[in-house]
Amino acid sequence: MNATRPPTFFDRVVAATPDGERLSQCLQCGTCGGSCPSAADMDYTPRELFAMTMAGLEEEVLASNTPWFCVSCYACTVRCPQEIPITDLMYTFKQMAIEAKRFEHRSTADWSESFVGFVEQRGRSFELGLATRYHLFHHPAQVFKMGALGLNMLRHNRLALRPKSIRGIEQLRAILDRAKVLAEKEAWR
Amino acid sequence: MTTSSYVYYPGCALQHRSHAYEVSNQAVAKALGIELVELDDWNCCGATEYFSVKRLPAYALVARNLALAAQAGTEELVVPCSACFLNLHKTDSHMRQHPRLEQAVNEALEAGDLHYKPGSVRVRHLVEVIINDIGFERLGQLVRRPLYGLKLAAYYGCLIVRPDNVLDDVEQPMLLDRMIEALGAEAAPFSMKTACCGGHMTQISETTALEMIHRLVTNASVSEADAMVTICPMCQLNLDVYQDAANRMFETSYTMPVLFFTQVIGLALGLSLEALGFGQEFVSVEPLIEKIRDVPPARSKPERRPKQALPMPAMPQ
Ligand code: SF4
Ligand code: SF4
Repeated sequence: MNATRPPTFFDRVVAATPDGERLSQCLQCGTCGGSCPSAADMDYTPRELFAMTMAGLEEEVLASNTPWFCVSCYACTVRCPQEIPITDLMYTFKQMAIEAKRFEHRSTADWSESFVGFVEQRGRSFELGLATRYHLFHHPAQVFKMGALGLNMLRHNRLALRPKSIRGIEQLRAILDRAKVLAEKEAWR
Repeated sequence: MTTSSYVYYPGCALQHRSHAYEVSNQAVAKALGIELVELDDWNCCGATEYFSVKRLPAYALVARNLALAAQAGTEELVVPCSACFLNLHKTDSHMRQHPRLEQAVNEALEAGDLHYKPGSVRVRHLVEVIINDIGFERLGQLVRRPLYGLKLAAYYGCLIVRPDNVLDDVEQPMLLDRMIEALGAEAAPFSMKTACCGGHMTQISETTALEMIHRLVTNASVSEADAMVTICPMCQLNLDVYQDAANRMFETSYTMPVLFFTQVIGLALGLSLEALGFGQEFVSVEPLIEKIRDVPPARSKPERRPKQALPMPAMPQ
């Protein structure tokens, strides 16, 4: 590898993913897309997305809905003949799209970011707060439907009305803050 | 009976949304002579969301739990939720395989006066603990009320067999099927046993999730299952709570009960419905309970071909 050239999109994807270097071994066999329960909703199959990554099509890859339709089921990962960490690569694309402030799939990114927000506040997730915040903002027309489901959840005693916090929340925040600073330096963002 | 004790990480879902799972886990553990002691002050594993936003903080979030477990002096951490199991297991093995990651995570943990040496805590799923540490033989001996007459679909979901398989097979695991048989029920020939339940898609793209849920329930129904047995709160939530919405979308009328595996064990051990947390489920389990017979039914020979074709995922036109 030429040491002086700046890292390409492919290099950055590889560096940000544990075992990402295996991506260069992709055979374009299509086993990943064929195993994917979400493939029908994706604008590119995982195989296509990897070909685009190798071709340096950063804009198109980060604008694709494919990573956001990935449900992290690892079906592709265990079947890939080249042992490429496909699910972790999907996480990398999502992280890069968020970092590049792409807005194509903002609502899905918001779900993840809101979840993270609650965890950082309390150390535990909080379903009701998360769903309310998310749907009010993104699907106000659906809030009525969501409300009906929420009431049903409540009736079945499946909804916490108040969030819980852990005792060590300060400790957890200190750890996460340090990790965020390190993530700026490390390729593992 | 000797009591063995395990440190236990329940995860957020079991606090409320899937409290039935927590109730049945504790009741069954007690009946099996094991103690599940909650890890003090554990935090959320980040589900699939934290890894979607930032990678290193996601590992650090998970690693705090591993460090707390190691600090508590345990060598094993037992987890009933497949998503939590995956995150804890994956963080431990990634830290082991990637020294640079291990260093960075420990540098972050130091900010909270913690340290985690990868490999020092073995992360285990509760189902694997019951199958391997108790065993089918012992389980069979403890059965008070065999589940004769029930045909149950063992639904493993994704995250216990993938990416690091801890059961017997990635594509066709049989251990949960064998557990069902040990309890007196028949294991249905359910071919989508490791397919995904849709995860968080019920919130983000409901139709995507409903398609997956519908496919699973249809397949279980084609295999003539009376109920599905899950080992994950997310799978149970999606299949049970959203079954009605899937029915509406596809104009079907399934009423497929979806039980936690410890609820199934508990029924066979003769525990009461109340003791097993029943009542939180959307699809009623009453018809299922009524189906339990006193004597084992004669088994029909399995047909070579199902009467209906399997539901296949639709490809874009
Ligand atoms: S299964 Fe693996 S080798 Fe085949 S196309 Fe997908 S990533 Fe490439
Ligand atoms: S992990 Fe993601 S990309 Fe891979 S099969 Fe599952 S949904 Fe598809």
